[in-house]
Amino acid sequence: MKNYTKKQKGVIFFTIVFAAVLTAADPAKAMHVMEGYLPGGHCVLWGAVCIPFLVLGFMSMKKSIAANRKSMVIIAMCGAFVFIVSSLKIPSVTGSCSHMTGTGLGAILFGPTTVSVLGLIVLIFQAILLAHGGLTTLGANCFSMAIAGPIFSYLLYMLLKKAKINRRISVFIAAALGDLFTYCVTSVQLALAYPSAEGGVMASAVKFLGIFAPTQVPLAIVEGILTVIVVIALENYAKPELKQIGFMKEV
Amino acid sequence: MGKDRKLVIVLVIVALAIVILPLFLQRGAEFGGSDDAGSVMVEEISGEEYEPWFTPVMESFLGGELPGELESLLFCVQTGIGTFVVAFFLGRFVERKKWTERSGEESVS
Repeated sequence: MKNYTKKQKGVIFFTIVFAAVLTAADPAKAMHVMEGYLPGGHCVLWGAVCIPFLVLGFMSMKKSIAANRKSMVIIAMCGAFVFIVSSLKIPSVTGSCSHMTGTGLGAILFGPTTVSVLGLIVLIFQAILLAHGGLTTLGANCFSMAIAGPIFSYLLYMLLKKAKINRRISVFIAAALGDLFTYCVTSVQLALAYPSAEGGVMASAVKFLGIFAPTQVPLAIVEGILTVIVVIALENYAKPELKQIGFMKEV
Repeated sequence: MGKDRKLVIVLVIVALAIVILPLFLQRGAEFGGSDDAGSVMVEEISGEEYEPWFTPVMESFLGGELPGELESLLFCVQTGIGTFVVAFFLGRFVERKKWTERSGEESVS
């Protein structure tokens, strides 16, 4: 297959951005910190924390595309996966709905910072168009979903890889726990803003986790499963690309 | 390949079961979002009704919430686009594999 032309690359980027716009369509009121619910200082702080990761993300994305233009196809697929998965509100055993993050796949394939950029795009449009999450809480949400979750997935995957665990099992565990971790971070963020009168931040964090965790556990498992399915498909059909981005060893 | 196919089928069934079962286990539940539960918890912890200090841009722009029907429209289109991107490239990969196998060599570039 020949390298993609400039036009094709343009189209791929366009689809990413367009899909991100539409991700805003997500009507679920789940998962993100609600607009206007964090004090101003926290908003600025979380935003500032995100910036270095995003800069790194842009650089690493540029690098992987410069190294091989075709890796953009896989990046586009990872982005599309985030859009699909974060649009599906899934009923959970607790009787409420939530959605998955979908960031594990990209983190495992490209490293956490590339996903940060994809996640940020999704979050911005969700915040502007759908009142899902929010502009003031963008930094906080970006940190939990697009930075902390993927980094956790990535580190976990690296660890499991070192331990020589079966790759598919590693992918499953990394994606599922990365999803859960996102919610843990969200809980802590809310807890920092709303410490309990007695017990302080910790007690508060436990309370928020109590809401998010039971809903999210089954979804995390589903996310793990979906990620494994995509990885299996890529392993079978996109071997050259996976080798080029270093996911599979050169034979 | 055959082994993978079986694995994928089993995984899909498990995923569907996890998604569908709650509907039967929790008959009559509202399946609202857990962010709303988050807002309730904020009120419980701070002990007073919380007034968000910033309204979502779209809501102040439209003077109200986006109608539910439009929300689900946007939301369906979004899923469709995402699926299109994944399916399109996957389709290309599948076809490429067929061709390279037919010509008897693995093409890398």
